[in-house]
Amino acid sequence: MESIMDIEGATLADNISMTLEQQAMASDQEAIKKKTIVSREDRRTVGEIYTEDPRMTCRNVNVHYGDNHAIIDANIDIGRNEVLAMIGPSGCGKSTFLRCLNRMNDTVEGCRVTGEITLDGQDIHGKNIDVVPLRAQIGMVFQKPNPFPKSIFDNVAYGPKIHGLASNKSDLEEIVETSLQKAGLWEEVKDRLNLPGTGLSGGQQQRLCIARAIAVSPEVILMDEPCSALDPIATARIEELIAELRKQYSIVIVTHSMQQAARVSGRTAYFHLGDLIEVGETERVFTNPRHQLTEDYITGRFG
Amino acid sequence: MSTTFIISLLLGLSIAGYFFGYRRSITLASPIGGVKNLHSRPAYYGMLVALWCGLPTFIIFLVWQSLEPSIISSLMIADLPLDYQNLPKNQLGLIINDIKNLATGNIVAGEKNAIMHAAANHYVQLQILSKWIKGGALLVLGLITLIIVCRRITPEQRARNHVEKIIRIVLFCCSTIAILTTLGIILSVLFESIRFFKAVPITDFLFGLKWSPQTAIRADQVGSSGAFGAVPVFIGTMMISAIALFIAVPIGLMSAIYLSEYAGKKFRTIAKPLLEILAGIPTVVYGFFAALSVAPFIRQTGGLLGLDVSSESALAAGLVMGIMIIPFVSSLSDDVINAVPQSLRDGSYALGATRSETIRNVVVPAALPGIIGGILLAASRAIGETMIVVMAAGLSARLTANPLETVTTITVQIVTLLVGDQEFDSPKTLAAFALGLLLFVATLILNVIALVVVRKYREQYE
Ligand SMILES: Nc1ncnc2c1ncn2[C@@H]1O[C@H](COP(=O)(O)OP(=O)(O)OP(=O)(O)O)[C@@H](O)[C@H]1O
Ligand SMILES: [Mg+2]
Repeated sequence: MESIMDIEGATLADNISMTLEQQAMASDQEAIKKKTIVSREDRRTVGEIYTEDPRMTCRNVNVHYGDNHAIIDANIDIGRNEVLAMIGPSGCGKSTFLRCLNRMNDTVEGCRVTGEITLDGQDIHGKNIDVVPLRAQIGMVFQKPNPFPKSIFDNVAYGPKIHGLASNKSDLEEIVETSLQKAGLWEEVKDRLNLPGTGLSGGQQQRLCIARAIAVSPEVILMDEPCSALDPIATARIEELIAELRKQYSIVIVTHSMQQAARVSGRTAYFHLGDLIEVGETERVFTNPRHQLTEDYITGRFG
Repeated sequence: MSTTFIISLLLGLSIAGYFFGYRRSITLASPIGGVKNLHSRPAYYGMLVALWCGLPTFIIFLVWQSLEPSIISSLMIADLPLDYQNLPKNQLGLIINDIKNLATGNIVAGEKNAIMHAAANHYVQLQILSKWIKGGALLVLGLITLIIVCRRITPEQRARNHVEKIIRIVLFCCSTIAILTTLGIILSVLFESIRFFKAVPITDFLFGLKWSPQTAIRADQVGSSGAFGAVPVFIGTMMISAIALFIAVPIGLMSAIYLSEYAGKKFRTIAKPLLEILAGIPTVVYGFFAALSVAPFIRQTGGLLGLDVSSESALAAGLVMGIMIIPFVSSLSDDVINAVPQSLRDGSYALGATRSETIRNVVVPAALPGIIGGILLAASRAIGETMIVVMAAGLSARLTANPLETVTTITVQIVTLLVGDQEFDSPKTLAAFALGLLLFVATLILNVIALVVVRKYREQYE
């Protein structure tokens, strides 16, 4: 493994004297090398894939965007009352994998998901499974905040309304208030619930989307970098929320912050160029990674 | 020197100016350490010269072009023998027309004589002279500005800011032209309408229930004195437009939703252009479709149901017009619905919303301003439509709320008022302007309403 780094180091040094064109070619080759130099064998997932009491299981999951093989043979369990962190360099397929879990990839044109994913033992791609209640069960917070062009109140009330969770107006108001409180946004917006959600700051929008997701009380929550636009205070608030939600729900969180992964998650999965490289207890993965690629990533050698 | 030649000459001069300015700035830049030490990039110096060289000459060219005919003709008249010049105005006009025809080699109505031939020759000479002077003067002017501006280029000169300013002024002028034209049309309609309201009180026009604009041309003639109550005509317009929108808005909106949210890519690429063809069919074709197919059909069906349907009905015209304006609603709505970001739909789906819930609660509200725009466009099309109404709904202004009877619309009445020979100051003719004004005010109100609706939803939804 060390030798790979050496080769890369050498190419980098050579780059300096190359023309732009050659550099482009070289970096292409480098990318190919990165993918191929680590043999198929070495990209097999190491660590503890299975949990004792899985809420969701993923077996041989492959995702293709057209010709792009974005997820290669991923196997992983998501435990009950567990926070699973997914880390990995940009473009390695974290979001893609997350979107498989609530079948959001169905809406992406040209995206093909194969393999078996189960929720409570039921195949989520099964014929008798209706994707609409499935998605209500598995909530999602997106990487980019996407509040609806509606008022703050209506944004949060949207889910409860379509699922008939509130029998009257005061019920609905209560759901909205508790959801906003849990997301740590209530204090900031309680006086302007009728203003448009799109008028909030980026971080506030992200919290609004979190409130929107938890308003329908999902059983599994998928969060795609929920704190990327938040300040430390709001981040702390969200992390508290995650700790609280864990008591009842399963949570999968994608993050670029390894500290955050260490703080909130029980298990961590490391993705690399579409491969699930390593899964394990968070502390173990960070202190004693078993795979060279994981070690390289968490020690900051690349990615 | 033909006009095209002069224009291409000026164009060529501008292009040359661009290169001279460009080259000059580079020459100036070399002693001070290259182009990066110029205030602006060389292209801006080139553009500056080109604009200074092209714009003033072009403006003078336009002014000259517009004044030329009248000046030449007055010069020619001044050269005619005195007894010609003292002729009454309209006779003189006829003779001048003949002379011009003679000069251009057209057929001449009146008799020709030597004086007229001479005048025609003179006229042709003046024209040629004007062309040469024009070409020469503009060329010289262009060259002078080119040289002056070129020589004034310095490395510190703020050419970029200068060019941006000129471009801004040009753009401003273009937008003013559009605004001034609109204003001119409105004012002329307004003044003619005021003349009409001197003959017919405005209250009679706005609230009168009878429209029969046949006035007697001579005082001793038998015939009605004319009634100019616009209400029946206005109601007719509103009724037919309402029927048309009633057809077009639901069908258009729903087909837009189907095309953008449900249909596959293949179906979409075929169906959308097909739908848009509807808007390209000439209205006359719609008109006879309405008159020959739809109206009889409605009459027959009405007869079966025991209803009394006249052979030309508001319903027939409205239905066909509705079909004609479907693409205005569907095409525009389809575009704005497609512009709604996928992330909003994803957000809704991820909450467990179905497709129709997502469309109803997220997509359509987000696209609403554009949808309203499409409907508005369709509405103004419907209100302004004439041909279908003439052919399928009739000409008689009847005050009725029954869509099975014949009605007429504002535009149709304007046409019938102005078709044929009449004096331009009889109330009958002037009534057309008043109707036009009414139409204008109606569409204006419609626009304002739509604007208010859009703004209200914008506040709520953005
Ligand atoms: N809608 C799409 N269509 C085609 N290819 C896609 C699409 N979405 C993602 N991909 C590709 O799939 C791969 C994985 O992308 P993904 O978004 O899952 O990365 P990521 O790990 O979430 O990265 P980041 O940390 O930057 O968010 C990338 O190569 C990307 O180009
Ligand atoms: Mg991502």
